[in-house]
Amino acid sequence: VTAPEAGGKLAVNMLNFAGLLRRTGLPVGPADVLAALAAMERVSLASRVQVHTALRTTLIHRREHQDLFDQAFRLFWRDPEAGRAAAALALFEAGKQKPPQRAPPGSRRLAEAMARPSDPKPRAERRDEIDAAMTVSDRERLQSMDFEAMSAAEIAAAKAEIRRLALPLDHRRTRRRRPDPAGPHIDLRATLRASLRQGGEILDVATSRRLTRPPPLVVLCDISGSMGRYAQILLHFLHAVANDRDRVHTFLFGTRLTNVTRPLRHRDAEVAFQLVSHIVPDWSGGTRIGEALGEFNRRWSRRVLGQGAVVLLVTDGLDRDGASGLAAAMERLHKSCSRLVWLNPLLRWDGFAPKSQGIRAMLPHVDAFRPVHNLASLRALVQSLSRPASPREMDRWRMAS
Amino acid sequence: MLPATVADTAALLAAGGYVADLALATTVHLALAMRRPLFLEGEPGTGKTEIAKVLASGLNRRLVRLQCYDGLDLSAAAYEWDHARQLIAIRIAEAAGTADRLALASDIYGREFLQARPLLSAIDPDLPPAVLLIDELDRADEPFEAFLLEVLADFQLSIPEYGTVHAVTAPVVVITSNRTREVHDAIRRRCLYHWVDYPDARRERQILARKAPGVPARLTAEIVAFVQLLRSEDLFKLPGVAETIDWAAALMHLDRHELDPAAVDDTLGVLLKYQDDIARVKGAEAARLVGEARAAAAA
Repeated sequence: VTAPEAGGKLAVNMLNFAGLLRRTGLPVGPADVLAALAAMERVSLASRVQVHTALRTTLIHRREHQDLFDQAFRLFWRDPEAGRAAAALALFEAGKQKPPQRAPPGSRRLAEAMARPSDPKPRAERRDEIDAAMTVSDRERLQSMDFEAMSAAEIAAAKAEIRRLALPLDHRRTRRRRPDPAGPHIDLRATLRASLRQGGEILDVATSRRLTRPPPLVVLCDISGSMGRYAQILLHFLHAVANDRDRVHTFLFGTRLTNVTRPLRHRDAEVAFQLVSHIVPDWSGGTRIGEALGEFNRRWSRRVLGQGAVVLLVTDGLDRDGASGLAAAMERLHKSCSRLVWLNPLLRWDGFAPKSQGIRAMLPHVDAFRPVHNLASLRALVQSLSRPASPREMDRWRMAS
Repeated sequence: MLPATVADTAALLAAGGYVADLALATTVHLALAMRRPLFLEGEPGTGKTEIAKVLASGLNRRLVRLQCYDGLDLSAAAYEWDHARQLIAIRIAEAAGTADRLALASDIYGREFLQARPLLSAIDPDLPPAVLLIDELDRADEPFEAFLLEVLADFQLSIPEYGTVHAVTAPVVVITSNRTREVHDAIRRRCLYHWVDYPDARRERQILARKAPGVPARLTAEIVAFVQLLRSEDLFKLPGVAETIDWAAALMHLDRHELDPAAVDDTLGVLLKYQDDIARVKGAEAARLVGEARAAAAA
């Protein structure tokens, strides 16, 4: 075997493989490909496990990407004629009519399967397509959702509102300090450096103050049928919050729980909403709050509730499952976060007694309960969340339930 | 000397008592050969930290461990100036009448006033080569990650008053994370990534044979079968390998030579660390799992 030739072929295959991964949405950069090539020189190419591991460890950096990578690896490197498959794939991509060689069987299916999720921007018509593709079960009403895009002025207004948002316990002291002439701590390092400018004479003592920063925020938002009329306003709120602060995690739930943190972080609200409505399977269906929260507790709570996170739970508390498992899930959630705030957009102020099963199961486990009479605007939402809690408010609500 | 092949790396890990599958051995080998940090993510108790320890003893290097926590800063992670000694040095210089400012500045920022913390110690050219273990990086906050980038990319550390310290021999870097927070992409990109999963039954039996010698083969098989079944249950916190090893030791201590529901109920706290999970498994469920585990072990 002539080494340069083999190396050249490997490099071409590697580029094709990296291209395939990129089209499936995995973020593979040129540096990763170089690392992968370097890694291939150091493993036995005869060992499938070694090659697989060498590529995986250099090309992907997250566990979430592992399954997709493994699939792509199997498809791409299974075929000794992978080069031809890749060539056919490239042609398919380019939209040409006739491949110069007959592609091996299956390559077109592979190309289609791999090309589908690569569309960078879902367009409006794709939502219908997803709808049609979804198997509709009798228990879950699956609907796609249309959201009006915000105008530039509306976005500016929304951002201004969000800046007024002050969640309870919004300032968490960190262990980091910043220089502050009136600060309470002496900064010896800065003092010494300043003193050297005076020939070693300490004329002024540098001081510092502890930094505070908002804690991570985790929003669990109900998007079931009864909450449907607020979905638009809630999504605007979530989008503005996700783009205004760092460390915001957003989950939507109806009958199932969906993590929409990444799509929602897209700066363009319109694109963000399309991405979100595209991945959430159960708009305006029923609610299984207990089950959704249970799933959150098992799969996500340890990953996103660290560092004193505040949880904002947005739901009307109307549970289709008769609140089964809800109290236990709420208790576990409450114990896992530093503060649990419940925003209920359906509650009436006058003469309302929170008697529903779901509400009674949830109320004992929240730190703050924020009912909104009529959630008509982002402003009402922000005002309700930022309002200081009166001392015995929680007790009154618990008594009433 | 670094191992030359994947097989050598696997042998090195095995000699240190670490039972690695081929994928992990390949990743470790690549990290050593390519001088890239190794980023290990996985559930608690799957043996991530142990890899660094085994590598240190196997490569005959000193282990430098940095345990991360929220608010970890430069003075705890990298270096700190000994301010008290610096102040005394200034006073002495004054008393001796040498008030040359420039000389004084270079004097009190000399190496002897610099106290090394783990990161500086790991790349200190005057010390023997090191294995640097950055444990539970997810517990540190984001500003610390940003600072780590320089150390991980070039194995060097810039100290404004002193200069840049370069490693003579690049340290072997192992970073672990339990995923209580997502570590930033910039860190991931500089590392070789490996997700450390729970081992399958065969490998877990091997691990148990290494880590808990003296447990009869039959009991080992039953313990592993039980724990593997437990991991498919709907629990808040699944037991890791560390818990399996502890549990085997606990059962041996109680002179049990086979699993029975009563012994399992009594020692469940070794495996499961949340009351909800224990309440869920204890009693009938445990008895059912014991039955299945014994059948699986006998097969």
